[in-house]
Amino acid sequence: MINIIGAGLAGLSAAMTLAEHGIECTLISAQNSERAQSVLAEGGINAALDTMGEGDTTELHFEETMRGGVQLADPIAVRALTENAPDVVRKLASLGVPFNRNPDGSIMLRSFGGQRKKRTAFAQSSTGKMIMTSLIDEVRKYEARGLVTRFPHHTFVRLLTENGECTGVRVSDNYTGKMYDLHGTVITAGGGLNGFFPGITTGTVTNTGNITAVMFAQGVKLANLEMIQYHPTTIGIPGKRCLISEAARGEGGRLFSEKKGDELYFMEERYPELGNLMPRDVVSREMFFELRDGRDTFLDMTGIPADTWQNKLSDLRKEVMDYMILDPAEDPIPVEPGIHYFMGGIYTDPSHRTSMPGLFAAGECACIYHGANRLGGNSMLGAVFGGMTAAKSAAQNADKSAGADCSEFTGKDAFAVTHSAVFASETCRILSSGLGIVRNESGIKKALAEINALPCANDTETARKAVAQAMLYSALGRTESRGAHFREDFPETLVNFRQTTVSEYNGGTVRVTFDDIPERKTDDSNDRDTAAEKPYR
Amino acid sequence: MIATIEIQRQKSRTDKPYKQTFAVDTGSRATVAELIERINSEQIPEDPVTWERSCKQKKCGACAMLINGRPRLACDARLYEYGEKPIKLAPLKKFPVVCDLMVDRSTMFENLKDLGSWLEENSGEDLTGDAYEASRCLQCGCCLEVCPNFYAGGKFFGAAGLSPSSRLIAVSEAGDRKRLYGEYGKHFYRGCGKSLSCKDICPAGIDTEHLMVNSNAAAVWKRKFRAGKKK
Repeated sequence: MINIIGAGLAGLSAAMTLAEHGIECTLISAQNSERAQSVLAEGGINAALDTMGEGDTTELHFEETMRGGVQLADPIAVRALTENAPDVVRKLASLGVPFNRNPDGSIMLRSFGGQRKKRTAFAQSSTGKMIMTSLIDEVRKYEARGLVTRFPHHTFVRLLTENGECTGVRVSDNYTGKMYDLHGTVITAGGGLNGFFPGITTGTVTNTGNITAVMFAQGVKLANLEMIQYHPTTIGIPGKRCLISEAARGEGGRLFSEKKGDELYFMEERYPELGNLMPRDVVSREMFFELRDGRDTFLDMTGIPADTWQNKLSDLRKEVMDYMILDPAEDPIPVEPGIHYFMGGIYTDPSHRTSMPGLFAAGECACIYHGANRLGGNSMLGAVFGGMTAAKSAAQNADKSAGADCSEFTGKDAFAVTHSAVFASETCRILSSGLGIVRNESGIKKALAEINALPCANDTETARKAVAQAMLYSALGRTESRGAHFREDFPETLVNFRQTTVSEYNGGTVRVTFDDIPERKTDDSNDRDTAAEKPYR
Repeated sequence: MIATIEIQRQKSRTDKPYKQTFAVDTGSRATVAELIERINSEQIPEDPVTWERSCKQKKCGACAMLINGRPRLACDARLYEYGEKPIKLAPLKKFPVVCDLMVDRSTMFENLKDLGSWLEENSGEDLTGDAYEASRCLQCGCCLEVCPNFYAGGKFFGAAGLSPSSRLIAVSEAGDRKRLYGEYGKHFYRGCGKSLSCKDICPAGIDTEHLMVNSNAAAVWKRKFRAGKKK
């Protein structure tokens, strides 16, 4: 038996893949798949399908993904991702995902950040929801056949371990409070760490970050925790940041800043080649500097043609009109960067194995494909392909645990008690002060001192505190600037730091070290290391 | 403004419901979802109201509940819509209560299994152009709450079954159609009284009437209807 934690894109993809191979699995989630964060993904999914007559190749997709991530991702993993991307998108199309189509029936692609070719397949700007609907139906087929057993209102409590090996997972039923031990191999697809920043990210509330935090406390290594993606264009709505998809810029939206009537199209001015479609780390940083100079930042979509609004962005327009009482086709809208994605997470190899035998990771919870900065359109690709790959790897491991079962656990579990809202908001306040778009030693050290002094009321809070410490130690230790991690006291990108930041929790202590990337490319000519971001200009 | 919120609470399915009233000082653009979060963290942290929520931007359907008797997403209900009147929150009535505002909507997902809501073959060309619209369904249950024909455990699955069916009918190839058409007739067409209350209530604004017209044409009248196909 294989147990999958999380029923979003990566979890569904893993379940589908296992079922296709006739392997039974459980699919554990606190709420049904329709409530997963994946439904919020908007702009699209990348694949070098080359349907737009631009001569795109998987090699170029590979190069741009590596470059967008400032060479911090594992090239072996990224190559597998990009080479398989066309098949992944074709598979999704075969499940009935209503991708926008070209007149000849081929899948239409749009421009996205950090990519010189049109490579992003999309369904208006609700691509995540569209893919989820199709995948949910596909997995339902296997539920009906008994290959997938859902635990759809069950919260992760802890991993079951034996001699350092993962042998299963303990879950708690949200309806009854009863706990169950599910034995067998585990794939975690529990989502990113946005729950460490409640109220100020584009993610969901369900995604608390507790799954990764508890696993960290149980000895699973985490990596690149300092790499937090701020999406350039978000708006404040009640209780959270709301994403304005990168598709808005892919379809012609322009960023400008304004002070006392003086308008500056700062991205076009400073980055003539890719302009508004520079990678997110670069755009968010430029916006930060504009805002710091007292200039307000706006997204101007007024030049987008009417048929594009109707056929490619109708949902985005409606959302903006709902929340801002502004028609983006008529007026520029005020936007600011907001926390959107975590490149860091569970340290994962190209087979999606984690540091703990018997545990695999996929989706945003895994640190694997995106290096120091994720390209838009690569997250859903990473989740679907990652789920498939983790499933195949886990299947090889699963033989050992054949005949596994499910039993009720009647004892008490310290991790069954969750963290308090006050603890969460306090952690958020401290982490945001140290881990903004622009960082420096004194800010990070001040945040560390505060985190270290933060009292914990239970084991879950202790686990969360350890992750928060690891995030800050990672940011402190990386005395360079790379991708989403920008240190104003160390603005250069250094070749020596092309290493993975690895965090480990042992005996109550957090330790952060640097690991070599398994396959370091010998040819550095295409590397942003040597000349910071200049090659983009 | 000071908003008055009355919440129907219930410890479990078998416990007696009771009402609790809270006053919250807030702006009129705040949502009901925000108010519940604030009440829980500021006023009753030791005994918070149990409810489901996730995306807080009308895209996941988790926070469906009765707000002044009308099924809505709490993240979509703004205080200014209710003026000075107290806002009354209660769990959806067509599903069993788990605790407070949290209900067990499993019946919806079981229905979709009974409906055979999946493809056996690769999808084909979108026949009606409805796949996008139909895929937007949140499975929140608001449509079932107002439907005069739906009850949990019945054969009629309501608009929460219509949308997935319409998606599949739209994209299915010949090998899937007979099965899908049959299930659509059995679990939707024959039970629907055409009140169309689902169309007015859907928080995602899905045009259920349009889906129904095209799916009826394909599944019941066997017309290869292409009306409504978007270019």
